[in-house]
Amino acid sequence: MTTTTPTRAGATAPPTIAGRVRRRLNTRWATAVSIVIAIVWTIPTFGLLVSSFRPENQIKTTGWWTFFADPQLTLENYEQVLFGRSSSAGQLASYFLNSVVITLPSVLFPLAFAALAAYALAWINFRGRDWIYIGIFALQIVPLQMALVPLLSFFSQGVSVGGIDLLPAWNLEDEQRFIQVWFAHTCFALPLGVFLLHNFVSQLPRDLMEAARVDGATHPRIFRTVVLPLITPALAAYGIFQFLWVWNDLLVALIFAGGGDETAPLTVRLAELAGTRGNEWQRLTSGAFVAIVVPLLVFLSLQRYFVRGLLAGSIKG
Amino acid sequence: MNFDFADEAPKLAMLLYGVVAFVAVVGGLLLLLDVVPARLARRRQARIAAAVAAGTPIEPGRRRSREGLFALFFLLPTVLMLGIGLVIPAIRTLVLSLRNGDSTQWVGLRNYGWMVDRPEIVDILWNTALWVLLVPLLATSVGLIYAVLVDRARLEALAKSLIFLPMAISFVGAGIIWKFVYAFRPAEADQIGLLNQIWVWLGGEPQQWLANPPLNTLLLIVVMIWIQAGFAMVVLSAAIKAIPTDMIEAARIDGVNAWQQFWRITLPGIRPALVVVVVTISIATLKLFDIVRTMTNGNFNTNVIATEMYNQAFRYGQTGQGSALAVVLFILVIPIVIYQVRSLRRQREV
Repeated sequence: MTTTTPTRAGATAPPTIAGRVRRRLNTRWATAVSIVIAIVWTIPTFGLLVSSFRPENQIKTTGWWTFFADPQLTLENYEQVLFGRSSSAGQLASYFLNSVVITLPSVLFPLAFAALAAYALAWINFRGRDWIYIGIFALQIVPLQMALVPLLSFFSQGVSVGGIDLLPAWNLEDEQRFIQVWFAHTCFALPLGVFLLHNFVSQLPRDLMEAARVDGATHPRIFRTVVLPLITPALAAYGIFQFLWVWNDLLVALIFAGGGDETAPLTVRLAELAGTRGNEWQRLTSGAFVAIVVPLLVFLSLQRYFVRGLLAGSIKG
Repeated sequence: MNFDFADEAPKLAMLLYGVVAFVAVVGGLLLLLDVVPARLARRRQARIAAAVAAGTPIEPGRRRSREGLFALFFLLPTVLMLGIGLVIPAIRTLVLSLRNGDSTQWVGLRNYGWMVDRPEIVDILWNTALWVLLVPLLATSVGLIYAVLVDRARLEALAKSLIFLPMAISFVGAGIIWKFVYAFRPAEADQIGLLNQIWVWLGGEPQQWLANPPLNTLLLIVVMIWIQAGFAMVVLSAAIKAIPTDMIEAARIDGVNAWQQFWRITLPGIRPALVVVVVTISIATLKLFDIVRTMTNGNFNTNVIATEMYNQAFRYGQTGQGSALAVVLFILVIPIVIYQVRSLRRQREV
């Protein structure tokens, strides 16, 4: 050890000037590269935001970067895309409401069901517990594409085996089709939800549970009074995750909600506008921003929880 | 300008029903589990008291089986939903993939043979391969480079938020954002898309970027990288911060430069997180649907498996072929997961 001490001192003392210069160059270079990446990552969204406030004829004839030479702002695009009644307008207000109606129950149900299941799998002793956990865990890898066709026919035609009807068709119409969407989202969310919450619930201190049991608390009581308050951060993390997933989903909504303005969410409508009116940029820019703004706000205000949940899910896994 | 709130009343009513159903199901379940066992316990106490009074032996407790009953009710909603919504449908999809378009006849493996026979489907498989190869590699690289560069820099939190933000944007929204970047105007008009404008400034002719294969697939891949790099950056950044500082100190003292430090200390230190990130992004990419559908709707040779699966099953009514494509998707996920499990297990052993 004694031999290394002088080298250490030597390494830090003499070449400091050269070292410092090189390090500063390194930092400068690093800063430059990170700023370039940050700009490239931000500019597309920024361009969209600026454009959404420009008058229609300007959006269609000049680039959004010319805005700074000739700034003209208007809210006309937003008014049209939200409330306009002509078929070419977006009528997004109605779809916005659909997104809200779809999202709330689709977050609440999986949250509650997954929390209950996670508690049972972590703290109730029963035979076959590990097998059920492994089963639910493994379901995470099944792509939801595997379930779409049969699940849709389950809703629309019911279940019959060998000509005998076991379950009738649900025959949901118009607004009732929200139920299908809630059901589908809940099913598809559970494997990840149970896994994430189990990670948290199973790490609660054993003493706490045993103390509660000794006091004569039953499982539902422990779940309500001990576990739920302690896993609130985890519930928040998973809740945000599920919220973003449902609000931003296109595929599930496309299949289970249909395309009408009674049930279809913003994503479905926007995808439709992008397809049929791909050059109506005054609608697309403002419409996209209407769809983005809610998740963005949720995300920015609750980012801390979200990141924590993300890390818990991906690293401990 | 005449948005009528009365028209929207049925939706709000549905939302109300949904929330009421939620309260009823979850609250009811907890209440049931609270009340019934309490009553049973009281009855048992009474029985024990009676047995003691009569001098008969006390029967052994049934605590164990009651635990099982609790577990059953706690798990019931989840297991039921997963069974109806995922397990049974997945098995049915497997069966349907062996039947014809309207599911009336067995056709064996013909739906799988169809994929290899049709050149347009082979193209789709190649496109998907390109996606799964490039997106995880590039998104992880960008995320890692950025995480290393901004680590302990000034304004680190802000810098990270900027890259992370696209995670909150839907794939549809991202599709529109980038479609605008790629927008095309004829050469004589002013360009409105940023990419074409830069291209023109550099002296090129304006291009219909999204109509030219194979470049268009690469440009769609850029969108996915744009979204996923933030995820990679956050997870890897946390892993970098978890590397013990004395290790870095020791390396510094030994005169290791930043480059060597990255390859010899940072990279080995974050290997587990790296594997998780690459695997997660690969699986998400494999299932990708929204971006392609929003930006090109699969035209100009940009289709991938998930979009074609949707087209076959829900637009052309070819349930058999659609199901077969879903099964292929599932089969492709399996080796990725096996790789993850293996490499994580190997790390735990070391």
